[in-house]
Amino acid sequence: MATLPMEQAAAPEPRWQVLRGTNVGDRVYRGVLTAQALSLPLLLLALVSELALNAWPAIRRFGVHFVWTSVWDPVAGVFGAAPMIFGTIASSLLALLLAVPLSLGVAIYLTEFAPKWLRQPVSFLVELLAAIPSVVYGLWGVFVLIPFLRTYVVPPLRATLGWTPFLSGVFYGNSLLAGSVILAIMIVPYIAAVSREVLLAVPVSQREAALGMGATRWEAVWTAVVPYGRAGLIGAVILGLGRALGETMAVTMLIGNRHDIGLSVLQPAYTMAAAIANEFSEATTDLYLSALFEVGLILFVITVAVNALARLMIWRVARGTAVGSRAL
Amino acid sequence: MRPTRWLVPAALAALAALAAPAVAQVKLNGAGATFPNIIYQDWMLSYNKTHPAVQLNYQSIGSGGGIRQFSDGTVDFGASDAPMTDSAIAAIKGNVLHIPTVLGGVVPTYNLPGVSQTLKFTPGALAGIFLGSITKWSDARIASSNPGVRLPEEDIVVVHRSDGSGTSFIWTDYLSKVSSEWATKVGKGTSVNWPVGLGGKGNEGVTATVKQTPGAIGYVELGYAMINKLPAAAVQNKTGKFITPALESVTAAAAGAMAAMDPNTDFRVSITNPGGDNAYPIASFTWFLIHKEYDDGAKAAELVKFVWWAEGDGQARAPALGYAALPKPLRPWIEARLKTITAGGKPVWTTAAR
Repeated sequence: MATLPMEQAAAPEPRWQVLRGTNVGDRVYRGVLTAQALSLPLLLLALVSELALNAWPAIRRFGVHFVWTSVWDPVAGVFGAAPMIFGTIASSLLALLLAVPLSLGVAIYLTEFAPKWLRQPVSFLVELLAAIPSVVYGLWGVFVLIPFLRTYVVPPLRATLGWTPFLSGVFYGNSLLAGSVILAIMIVPYIAAVSREVLLAVPVSQREAALGMGATRWEAVWTAVVPYGRAGLIGAVILGLGRALGETMAVTMLIGNRHDIGLSVLQPAYTMAAAIANEFSEATTDLYLSALFEVGLILFVITVAVNALARLMIWRVARGTAVGSRAL
Repeated sequence: MRPTRWLVPAALAALAALAAPAVAQVKLNGAGATFPNIIYQDWMLSYNKTHPAVQLNYQSIGSGGGIRQFSDGTVDFGASDAPMTDSAIAAIKGNVLHIPTVLGGVVPTYNLPGVSQTLKFTPGALAGIFLGSITKWSDARIASSNPGVRLPEEDIVVVHRSDGSGTSFIWTDYLSKVSSEWATKVGKGTSVNWPVGLGGKGNEGVTATVKQTPGAIGYVELGYAMINKLPAAAVQNKTGKFITPALESVTAAAAGAMAAMDPNTDFRVSITNPGGDNAYPIASFTWFLIHKEYDDGAKAAELVKFVWWAEGDGQARAPALGYAALPKPLRPWIEARLKTITAGGKPVWTTAAR
């Protein structure tokens, strides 16, 4: 987004540049703005170094084993984060799997098919989902979603797909499935809202051209509108993923908080954010605390990696002139 | 320059605010355990009414945080549900006293549709359930202590705390005492490597999960169970009696434990599974962490005064707030301990005593 003004500024010296620095107020203003712009990267650096510094005792003690061992025993002072890393990634991906088709459907309906009078209220209500506090989602999940899953969703799933390893074991309610479903509901408004903006930005000429060539409305959407906005749509999905990776409260209330790796989505699991929130205040030994810092560092690294990957994808996809790439 | 117009009165107001406290005020900061937070806030509020010169402040950031801030010297006193370890005490050169303030009990709560009687558990049954070796409600080890109760052939779902907590410490401390298998496999701590079960965040998280899951058993703080009227099981104590958890039976547990203690004992002692006919076996002290030696004499004197008030008048406020009071015979022991606190080498008790 920073590149936009720069491109415009490449023109021969405009008047404001000639005048630059002649006024004290302007110089102070400029200084303040520069300081503000630099303060955020500095904050980020401070954050990373603090995380790394505090995680150092655990890193030195456990080395890379920390990442792929599964024992989390504060009493014995043995820590391995593999179940939390697995749980974080599994719950987020499962949430995306559920949320992406739903939000894309919402966005396409609202931009292409919905009658005018319905568009505003529905998109408003969808976006309102984003305003609900996470702990409220958690409560709703415990008292509504889990009983619903237990009575109406899991039994038929089991009857049809129970032979796969993904649906084995006993279902107690709090599980990877429950955590992922609540995450999916929480990220739908983000993905839907951004996708809607992206689709709205697709020029009408694209649709008209497709329709003019004899495409049905359905074909026009899938051959002309969606591909045109693909970079922006990927960006919307990554935004949702980023939110899912870091979500804490609702997940910890539903995921079962068990340091375990299992293929079955019916089993309890754990996420990194939930473990930090749960265990930080009563981490009584230095090594324990350090291990939690290392979990934080890993979460940070994963989030950065996901964002970098997203940039890369958008950059590759957007080498045409796709809508929305600039906005990201 | 327009801003100066309001800047001047603002600056004057700030100066006035700085000059205002004419009375010498002593500020005491504490931090630590969340479990006793309600009664600590109550104590500080009521103490401040009769002693306006003392400002008390307590932040319930958790036992771990309390121990750390106390050790770093950022607070004047700490509070913890789990006593400091020997190595943590060595790290501050032994400059700490553990002073019991109130008692907490932990109770098993369960959700067993179709069973209306209060269940009774032997220590072996509880350990077996939480170890995962007892998996059905109809297991003989549960049934044997519940004659006449039709226990269903249902899976047991264990629910434990997912957040580190003093409640878990008391629970695991008890299980370690009654089961050698638990002691070697799991051990005790504010959070442990649970052999089985789901984790719920906080007493409310455990309660919600138990309520929503048929066949679930979990453990919550006694006060929380009382206020929310949760089904609480009776637990067999050392003398073989099944005791329903209540504030009196928790106080009785401390009294029972005292019988086996020396007046000069380290108060870090665990009192789970004590002797005494009416003792409820899953109970523990919660402690103030106080330095043996302070730099600031005035502060130390006020702190000791406050703690002594909490051990006296403060105890009467405990039951209404869901905490069990300390047994009366413990007071002289605590008094003797408070008398050893010094500031600059001189005991502060003489100036503190009224």
